[in-house]
Amino acid sequence: MTWSEMQPLLSQACSETFDMVFWSTLIAVAAGLPLGLLLVLTDRGGLLQNIVANKVIGQIVNVGRSLPFIILMVALMSFTRWVTGTTIGTAAAVVPLAIGGIPFFARLVETSVREVDHGLVEAVQAMGGNTWTIVRKVLVPESLPSLIAGTTTTVIALIGYSAMAGTVGGGGLGDLAVRYGYQRFETELMWITVAVLAVAISLIQFAGDFAARALHSRGGRSGPAPKLRLLKAKEPDAAGVGKAA
Amino acid sequence: MITTSGLTKVYRSRGRDVTALDGVDLHVREGEVYGVIGQSGAGKSSLIRCVNLLERPTSGTVTVDGQDLTALAGRGPRAGKELRQARSRIGMVFQHFNLLSSRTVQDNVELPLEILGKSGKERSRKALGLLDLVGLADKAKAYPAQLSGGQKQRVGIARALAGDPKVLLSDEATSALDPETTRSILQLLRDLNQQLGLTVLLITHEMDVVKAVCDSAALMEKGRIVESGTVSELLATPGSELAAALFPVSGERTGADRTVLDVTFHGEAATQPVISQLSRTYNIDISILGAAIDTVGGLQIGRMRLELPGRYEDNVVPIGFLREQGLQIDVVGQEAVLVKEGAK
Repeated sequence: MTWSEMQPLLSQACSETFDMVFWSTLIAVAAGLPLGLLLVLTDRGGLLQNIVANKVIGQIVNVGRSLPFIILMVALMSFTRWVTGTTIGTAAAVVPLAIGGIPFFARLVETSVREVDHGLVEAVQAMGGNTWTIVRKVLVPESLPSLIAGTTTTVIALIGYSAMAGTVGGGGLGDLAVRYGYQRFETELMWITVAVLAVAISLIQFAGDFAARALHSRGGRSGPAPKLRLLKAKEPDAAGVGKAA
Repeated sequence: MITTSGLTKVYRSRGRDVTALDGVDLHVREGEVYGVIGQSGAGKSSLIRCVNLLERPTSGTVTVDGQDLTALAGRGPRAGKELRQARSRIGMVFQHFNLLSSRTVQDNVELPLEILGKSGKERSRKALGLLDLVGLADKAKAYPAQLSGGQKQRVGIARALAGDPKVLLSDEATSALDPETTRSILQLLRDLNQQLGLTVLLITHEMDVVKAVCDSAALMEKGRIVESGTVSELLATPGSELAAALFPVSGERTGADRTVLDVTFHGEAATQPVISQLSRTYNIDISILGAAIDTVGGLQIGRMRLELPGRYEDNVVPIGFLREQGLQIDVVGQEAVLVKEGAK
């Protein structure tokens, strides 16, 4: 296979991966943020304490987190068909990716928001602020550097998942590596895919770290910005599909 | 201005009841600085947090500026609209400042005004005015992390004043600061109290704080107020623990058969030559073990520790003479010594 043959395949796969990851991240963040906040607010001693709701949400998130993505994807097929009218293609892959990403991001949000000093919440309560004010003016802005780090982790995890989604017709880089690298023994193309993924993940990580750090060190706040520990655990996952070839 | 009656707070943890407040009756008059002092665990913090209902009292009532806050609280754990409005008229400053690190100094001061729904222009005018008042006009665009502890507390005070409160609650506001900074923050509170007619309720574990700014004080122990009153009332109360702690005189008894007296002078009595009169009238030798003159709550007070020869029984007449001169006499005995250690 020559470069001129590979190039259109690669660029199409890249754009498919980008589409899948972009939309699913958007949905995961939009839904995971309120869910993560609710996990904190409804907990014992929280502003909206509701133990039953907390247990229910916690359980849903746990199930969503612990289910292997490939099973989630298959289990969601009828739901995916109901939403997008099909179970094949990039748009169809966004549905399980988003649903897998929501509980993932929600847990990260929960951890970040829990780290906000309770004294700040109390100060705003003493000013006469209501719960919504506290969420908007304290919990979210104060945990923003950590939330951005969580978003970076989510994007990288979703790139890993998107490789799996690709194998069942979602397209993208994972699909390319399996179809050409594994089934047609095009080792060269497979390695290029791996390289593209590695570069993409490094760039995303760098951008995320930079943004989190910039916000964190605002006003010369001392101490290092929160590190992303999930990256190392997730990276082989993303490349794993390629290595299987 | 602030009245609590029968205020009780019981915490329930792991099936055990812990009584933090046990029927506290507190009365803070308009325009005064009122200090509540006690050791940690005495219930001071619960008390101040019950005043704006950050903590729901188990029973009893809290009235601030004629408004019964406990009646506004409702039943649920969440604060209703009326309680939130009442809170916005009570300023509060905290030991650890509680400034938002994601906002500039000016934006921190504007926060209560945002909650009150003021326009952007009004907010910034007010915030800059307050920062000027606390002496931080040049730090408006800085972030809290760039400020020293004392500066952070000044921002905390400016923020607490943003809603034009009549009452300021201070929760150990100077406990995280060094002595020099503590003095300047207390001076600021005093100035605000005098310039704005602000009523200040502060809790502290430092006697110096009470001595520096308070018009009135209360001593808390095990969830109860054991002593309270204006500083001059306390100093005029024989055997007052607070008075002894506010104005300690030292000096050890030199022998077993001696009587040690603490003599407190205030007002007219301070100018009388009572000691030499005593010595001449009863022909006794008096040693002075310790003496000090200090300003407590704006009053000039003198205290002297005297030693008379003989036991208490032998000195009943001279002590009576001193009392007749309008002096306050505390005979230092076993009990008084214990009290002093307890108040430390």
